Amino acid sequence: MSDEKAPDQAAVDQSPENAPATTDPEVHAVGVRSGMFGVKGSGDTSGYGGLVQPVVLPGAAQRPFDGWHEEVASALDVALAAGGVEHAVESVVIHRREITFHIRREDLPAVAQVLRDDPRLRFEFCAGVNGVHYPADTGRELHAVYHLLSMTHNRRIRVEVTAPDSDPHIPSIVTVYPTVDWHERETYDMFGLIFDGHPALTRILMPDDWPGHPQRKDYPLGGIPVEYKGGSVPPPDQRRSYN
Amino acid sequence: MSTTEDLYAGTSETSEGRVFTVTGQDWDQIAEGLAEEVEERIVVNMGPQHPSTHGVLRLILEIEGETVSEARCGIGYLHTGIEKNMEYRSWVQGVTFCTRMDYLSPLFNEATYVFGVERLLDIEDDVPEKAQVMRVLLMELNRISSHLVAIATGGMEIGALTVMTIGFRERELVLDLFELITGLRMNHAFIRPGGVAQDLPPGALDEIRGFVALMKKRLPEYAALCNANPIFKARLEGVGHLDLEGCLALGLTGPVLRSTGYPWDLRKSEPYSGYETYDFEVQTWDTADAYGRFRIRLNEMWESLKLIEQAADRLAGLEGAPVMVDDKKIAWPSQLAIGSDGMGNSLDHIRHIMGESMEALIHHFKLVTEGFRVPAGQAYVPVESPRGELGAHVVSDGGTRPFRAHFRDPSFTNLQATSVMSEGGMIADVIVAIASIDPVMGGVDR
Repeated sequence: MSDEKAPDQAAVDQSPENAPATTDPEVHAVGVRSGMFGVKGSGDTSGYGGLVQPVVLPGAAQRPFDGWHEEVASALDVALAAGGVEHAVESVVIHRREITFHIRREDLPAVAQVLRDDPRLRFEFCAGVNGVHYPADTGRELHAVYHLLSMTHNRRIRVEVTAPDSDPHIPSIVTVYPTVDWHERETYDMFGLIFDGHPALTRILMPDDWPGHPQRKDYPLGGIPVEYKGGSVPPPDQRRSYN
Repeated sequence: MSTTEDLYAGTSETSEGRVFTVTGQDWDQIAEGLAEEVEERIVVNMGPQHPSTHGVLRLILEIEGETVSEARCGIGYLHTGIEKNMEYRSWVQGVTFCTRMDYLSPLFNEATYVFGVERLLDIEDDVPEKAQVMRVLLMELNRISSHLVAIATGGMEIGALTVMTIGFRERELVLDLFELITGLRMNHAFIRPGGVAQDLPPGALDEIRGFVALMKKRLPEYAALCNANPIFKARLEGVGHLDLEGCLALGLTGPVLRSTGYPWDLRKSEPYSGYETYDFEVQTWDTADAYGRFRIRLNEMWESLKLIEQAADRLAGLEGAPVMVDDKKIAWPSQLAIGSDGMGNSLDHIRHIMGESMEALIHHFKLVTEGFRVPAGQAYVPVESPRGELGAHVVSDGGTRPFRAHFRDPSFTNLQATSVMSEGGMIADVIVAIASIDPVMGGVDR
């Protein structure tokens, strides 16, 4: 998504209950939800079983943004342009008063450096990185989400980078924020995201010889049925689900 | 090559010199074994089961004589997959899981997760005042109980056993209050999206005021026992030093950051639950060492007592006020009550849904089994836990379950400072440095 394609409505109006049921090109769909009551193949004649709804995330916001969001966004633009980095910011999402910068992955270290060092930005503190796996977000399945805090200006932003499942590489920012050392290891451990340039990218929570990456959506939760007074309760991932 | 037989561990192969398996009361063998070799450098595995490592933390120390040349942490022994499990439960059930992560500050885990869910639901301003005051009250009681354990175990680890016994004695009083208010001593699942699980029980305010009065007598005992104690000071002063630059680079928050003199506290900088309307001070120290962190924790307990008194005064004027949002599509339908066999669903509510109103039954059933939907998006609302910035990154895809819930736990981040705090120091100071970080492995490994 680029800025010029962004719709006129405010980001808060694009939450799914207001979004049209069709997959609007401006709204970022990351999956499809079908049916309603978690029933499959039971001969449900209510008609709700045929319901198909797109899963949409809040779309890109329009410039100018409100308040300090605009200050941060324009300071970032200026600082990146001065450093010769262009088109690093893919889109900006403002939802529930929280601002998210979607950054092209190859530009992440440069953006992080600018965010930390520029006097108008001064995001000195990184709360760490966290992975999110969107299996239906084709070509951008793996997201790495960084939460930054500027103690100088008392502002918080979120930086989001994506990588496809087929090429799960993201540049490491340990050199900019040493605190993400363990966080990147955990994200690698849980999602299989490889942070290029990390000094020692090894598993941290799971055993070294563990197969797979447990927090990915294609990794089963596991569990066994529990017998109780003649009845049997299936494991949580095999129970009726209402999503 | 293994030199001693270990019934439990079996033998292990290594290319790096001799291996000693220490099982206790066998230091003579090691001394003799080492005497045969000139090498001074030893790699020691401390933990994962060691009373001084706050749960199941494994330390890999390279020592030369008594000096630590390298210190590394091995974590993950308490990883329970709580975040993954939360993706298979409803938004309300998520509270029951995340409260178990950092088991010394359960109410903070609940609070940060619930704040994130409330922000996505856009009901932050609709949460009733009484629920917010009760959250502040519970979180500050929890801060006291957590700091008491930090001081108690820290004291025990340097041999001050009395500090441990009195610390746990006072913590028990806080846990009794929790049991009275939430029904459980730990793992409360009491702070829920939209408010809290239930109203204050009768007599709770008197108990709280009694506790505050007692703590005002007991807290000076800690000061008298430790503050100027020459042994205590000798063990803590100058140990685990980390300055402001180091703290920011490594992302340390909480008492460790404040011990550098920087008054950073999210209750002041990004107030939640109405903290901006309370009167309290951010506690700092200027020594950036383990002693400063101890004094900060002690002082913060006094500040928490101030906050608890103010919250109790407000609650006295809020008798009978609601503790859950008005929105019946979010508020938990059932009310709890104490029965002959303990706490459970209120019989009045059961009578209502089973005998009087079919709609109420359907509503109850839908909300309890399916849960409510949360608009798609992501939120991060950190809180100032006893150990620093604790934040839940909550991601929703518009469904009835969290799409992803990740906790930025301060213990996990702060533990990274182990190397920089203890390398170059004595091996005995490693324990003090880690105790001053106060990591809780349940939060580190989640």
